[in-house]
Amino acid sequence: MALLEVKNLTKAFGGLKAVNEVSFKVENGQILGLIGPNGSGKTTTFNCINQFYPITSGDILFKGKSIKGLKTHKICHLGIGRTFQVVKPLSRMTVLENITASAFCRVKTIKDARDKAYEVLEFCKLLKDKDKLAKSLPIGGRKRLEIARALATKPDLLLLDETAAGLNPSELDEAIELIRKIRDNGVTILIVEHIMKVIMTISDRIHAINFGQTIAEGSPQEVANNPAVIEAYLGEEYAQG
Amino acid sequence: MKKNILAFVILGIIFLIFPFVIRSDYYQHLVIIALMWVVIGSSWNLLAGYTGQVSFGHAMFFGVGAYTAGILATKLGISPWWGMMFGGLVSMLIGLFVGWVCFRLRGPYFALATLAGGEIFRLIATNWESLTDGMVGILIIQTFRSKVPYYYIALALAFFCIYAIHLIMKSKWGYYFVSIREDQDAAESLGINTTLYKNVSLLVSSFFTGMAGAFYMNYMAFIDPQVVFSLHYISIMAILVGIVGGVATIMGPAVGAFVMVGVQETFRSAFFGIAPKWISQAHALVFGLLVIFVIMFLANGIVGDWQKIKRNVFRIRASS
Repeated sequence: MALLEVKNLTKAFGGLKAVNEVSFKVENGQILGLIGPNGSGKTTTFNCINQFYPITSGDILFKGKSIKGLKTHKICHLGIGRTFQVVKPLSRMTVLENITASAFCRVKTIKDARDKAYEVLEFCKLLKDKDKLAKSLPIGGRKRLEIARALATKPDLLLLDETAAGLNPSELDEAIELIRKIRDNGVTILIVEHIMKVIMTISDRIHAINFGQTIAEGSPQEVANNPAVIEAYLGEEYAQG
Repeated sequence: MKKNILAFVILGIIFLIFPFVIRSDYYQHLVIIALMWVVIGSSWNLLAGYTGQVSFGHAMFFGVGAYTAGILATKLGISPWWGMMFGGLVSMLIGLFVGWVCFRLRGPYFALATLAGGEIFRLIATNWESLTDGMVGILIIQTFRSKVPYYYIALALAFFCIYAIHLIMKSKWGYYFVSIREDQDAAESLGINTTLYKNVSLLVSSFFTGMAGAFYMNYMAFIDPQVVFSLHYISIMAILVGIVGGVATIMGPAVGAFVMVGVQETFRSAFFGIAPKWISQAHALVFGLLVIFVIMFLANGIVGDWQKIKRNVFRIRASS
């Protein structure tokens, strides 16, 4: 049984179908990359999975059970963590407080939450910044904080929305390493990413969408050579050659 | 840390012996009112400062608390001191309803909804004459003739309120409240039931405000809708107390309460009778100027910007 199964997911904003009949599965322990040009519906898919938006039709199964219509916070308790493309740090809280707040998702006492927070800080190499205000972190740090915060909720499935965007080359390598490390700890990952270096190296499978519809799915190699994908990214001429 | 504890002990002793040192009824009255404002300001601060849900209608909780105590006393003959408990609880019920309606809205829309809510309650209290006696108001007989018992009750209430909020802010609730203030969407996706915790914050806030209202009924022995549901004297004053003292600080509203009551009284009494009478007309103007000053130079309030104040005072001293 797949950990997450998206079945014929459709999300319409008025007459515009941002996501149209998209289906895919994320197997346990896998990293599935979701790619597509700008505006193809990747982030909308994420927002539907954690029920940030109510879905128009279709269904989403997590661990075999439908999560359609549940509240966003409930989804988190079930074990789906997410990061935001436009980072949303809790600005006027310190890094430690940010992570402690989310650690309360699984533990009751402040001491346990703090312990969990330190564990995550260590894991994400944010320990030296723990007393800084979240708003004072550079973009690399904020992206890392997004991941750390989501991890503190002990997710089984982690949705990463462009966590590598805006990072410099050395930060990029660190990000790849971190994502691998998270997977090795048994967390399944669904990742949206534009930077090919990241998505091609870490994904087990890739699902490509354009204009809200699936255009290809397969191993990174297969998808990279798929004419429909090349067309979507580079235009028709390149697709033929 | 040790310095803080010492400061609290000294402050505590000053407050405990105050009514034996200053025997004037007038000054005792001012401090009692200031202590009551400590309670209202702190509860407003829990909701607006920490949870980020700015209320422009705290008069409704204050008024409901006061009227609960008053009505219990006049209609059912229950001691208005019981009313302090019931006033808080009935206020909480009102808070539950207000939260159910208003928390569908965010930010400025929530603030406007509470503003309307406060006015609605004022009109209900004015017009539901069979229950509230309308504009005639409610008059009860004071329990104590001396101000000293009232002083200690107000002091206990203020201490209890600040301490409770202090404990809440150190717990899971506190983390959740601040997370909701900082980013409601992020909070929700981190597993925080934002609707529930906004309501929790509102309930605690309305409970203490209601208790303050019931205390006011006991102390002043007379209320009418124009006073206890007043937008100007209660709702706005609660905001001013919070802003001047320091939003999202534990001691901010306490400091703000004493400053605001002090400023209000200074101008109301035309500098205790020294200045010409027309000055007393200008107190609203002075409030306005004070708020502009605080927002321009002390955006975090007196407590929040304490370090800045200290630095500037020292600089002035050093240069002179």
